[in-house]
Amino acid sequence: MLILFWILALTCVGASIAMVVTQNPVRSALYLVITFLCVAVFYVMLSAQFLAAVQIIVYAGAIMVLFLFVIMLLNLGAPQALRERGTLQPFFAAVLGTAFVVMLLLSNSLVALSKVRPAAPPEVYVPLGTVEGIGKNLFDPKQPWILPFEITSILLLVAIVGAVIMAKRRIQDHTP
Amino acid sequence: MIGQLAIAFPANLGPIYLPALVPYIALVIWLGFVLTILPGLIWIERVVIALMQDRSGPNRVGPRGLLQPTADVIKLFFKEDVLPENVDVRIYYIAPVIAVILAFAACGTLVLDAIPFVDAEGRQFTVPLTVGDVNIGLLYILAMASLQVYGIVLAGWASNNKYSLLGGLRASAQVISYELAMGLALLCAILMAGSLRLGDIVEAQATRLPFPGAPEFLRGSILAWFWLGTGLIPVVLYTIAMVAETNRAPFDLPEAESELIAGFHTEYSSMKFAMFFTSEYVAMLTVSGLNAAVFWGGWLPPLNVAPFTLIPGVLWFIIKVMMGIFLYTWLRATLPRLRYDALMALGWKRMLPLALVWLFVLAGANLALERRASSAPLPTPEAGAIVPRMRSTGGPASITGQPPASAEPGPQTPVPGSMEAPASNGAP
Amino acid sequence: MITTEHYLVLSAILFTVGTIGVLVKRNPIVIFMCIELMLNAANLTLVALGRHFGQVNGQMYVIFALAVAAAEVSVGLGIIVAIFRTKETINIDEVNLMKF
Repeated sequence: MLILFWILALTCVGASIAMVVTQNPVRSALYLVITFLCVAVFYVMLSAQFLAAVQIIVYAGAIMVLFLFVIMLLNLGAPQALRERGTLQPFFAAVLGTAFVVMLLLSNSLVALSKVRPAAPPEVYVPLGTVEGIGKNLFDPKQPWILPFEITSILLLVAIVGAVIMAKRRIQDHTP
Repeated sequence: MIGQLAIAFPANLGPIYLPALVPYIALVIWLGFVLTILPGLIWIERVVIALMQDRSGPNRVGPRGLLQPTADVIKLFFKEDVLPENVDVRIYYIAPVIAVILAFAACGTLVLDAIPFVDAEGRQFTVPLTVGDVNIGLLYILAMASLQVYGIVLAGWASNNKYSLLGGLRASAQVISYELAMGLALLCAILMAGSLRLGDIVEAQATRLPFPGAPEFLRGSILAWFWLGTGLIPVVLYTIAMVAETNRAPFDLPEAESELIAGFHTEYSSMKFAMFFTSEYVAMLTVSGLNAAVFWGGWLPPLNVAPFTLIPGVLWFIIKVMMGIFLYTWLRATLPRLRYDALMALGWKRMLPLALVWLFVLAGANLALERRASSAPLPTPEAGAIVPRMRSTGGPASITGQPPASAEPGPQTPVPGSMEAPASNGAP
Repeated sequence: MITTEHYLVLSAILFTVGTIGVLVKRNPIVIFMCIELMLNAANLTLVALGRHFGQVNGQMYVIFALAVAAAEVSVGLGIIVAIFRTKETINIDEVNLMKF
């Protein structure tokens, strides 16, 4: 398990760094897909199988395909439009980022966490993230999730309408 | 399969616990079936289309053209592997590999049969004949099916060819659009079965009566399966969506030869082309298998009487899969290709609203039935099937044929192993 | 043995990489991807902590975060397409007016 974790973690971090470094947006999208797939495997290891499947379906299967679609669509119009300019920014960003990670590692929260014993040892499978468990908790009247769930549906509806209006051709386009 | 577990395998054969071997058997059976049938599929498709179009079809190589697939495979092996100029080499090479790997990975949770076992104490239980009996089985297949579009999109993008790029664009839009209707249609069946485990979905069909008060010999028969049980609309929607998901005629716009030469695989030749070909046919087999399991009763015989029950379940499953393939061929031979805007309109304006409305109707009807059943003294099997069954992974699966014991007090009963108790405890 | 801290450190690193990407990149599509990466890092933290405390509530948050991410992407990519259509570029250094 630990070996698997390290392989996946290194792949995950490496892919995410490659996503930021590469200049080609399609490559970026592919590296991000690798990262998402690694995260999905982490979910399985954390006994959240339902989330793992949803992560693959929603993130890798829908969102990233949408990204690729837009990248390819815009590339069709002007191949030069997505080029980047080189500056000193990446250097400073790397330095600051390293500092940020070190700061996080030295912060107090990790120490505080280690004082709380985990509910189950990490290797043990707990039936937390099964479809039944998630569904029961989501629609349990005693839990506060029903209202957010309904609001989420409205949010998605608003997003659909917004996306349609954004992508719609303006009226003056038809009458040049 | 109800109460007829006459033949059961002993669970312990010496030191070997036989149910632990089931995933490997499933893998061998399914892979063996897929790999042997693949060349045959091409021959079947060509012959069937030729018959439908009143032609003679392949007839040069071997008797009745039976060796034609062999000749095709040999030709593909020996073709020159062309690398076009200015392609994105790494992605160009990896795209067909992604396509073929994901196509084979998708069948991981297909359930081929339920194998009856009997353990040392004489208890009977069945183990689903599948590679991975996980409680997100259906979601896994959907996830792999939605990832398959990457092979096509990347091939289209990396080829540095405008026709390929257009094919890739079309594929991505098409697959995203039809996934929704597909998922909603499957959701109707999930609603009836109360589980995402494919084995449970088939078992729910096995214990179902076609309608309340139907004669007992119809229990689990072809009339009780979910194609009728969910009201015929989901299976039609799913069938349309599955053809669109696998980019087959009449939805083969990503490779429309009259508009885009060959679409996303214009620049691919030799074995790389063969990989795309393979992935397409394996994906067809997988979605047909999903169709068979979810809507057409999986391994169940159409009637629980002697001549049908003698055929093993795996064969029934494979027969149903092959009927799906025949449907593909039939559609390809008869229907012209859709226009692109008509394809999008069909997906978004017709199928998606219809699927949503039908899901609502079905949920309402189910709820009404359940209410009536819970007020009646004896619960119907439909109400029992809705109670989620929590299983420990790895252990022997539940005993088939028995309605769940917790059916009587209704679905509000806390099921042992559910997450309610720890969830309400709050943070320590 | 994998502890919860492993996952927390991993998600901190992923989050930082995402942040750097948002600050450095000039292509709004890649910036969007970096935001998705940050969201994923946060989700990983939630799931890991939920596992640590033996609760399913951490996963609930992730479900809502997924829905929000899907909504955000659809609107965001719509905006990008609209900007590209009117300005013929999507370099965010050149898109500096709220109105055109």
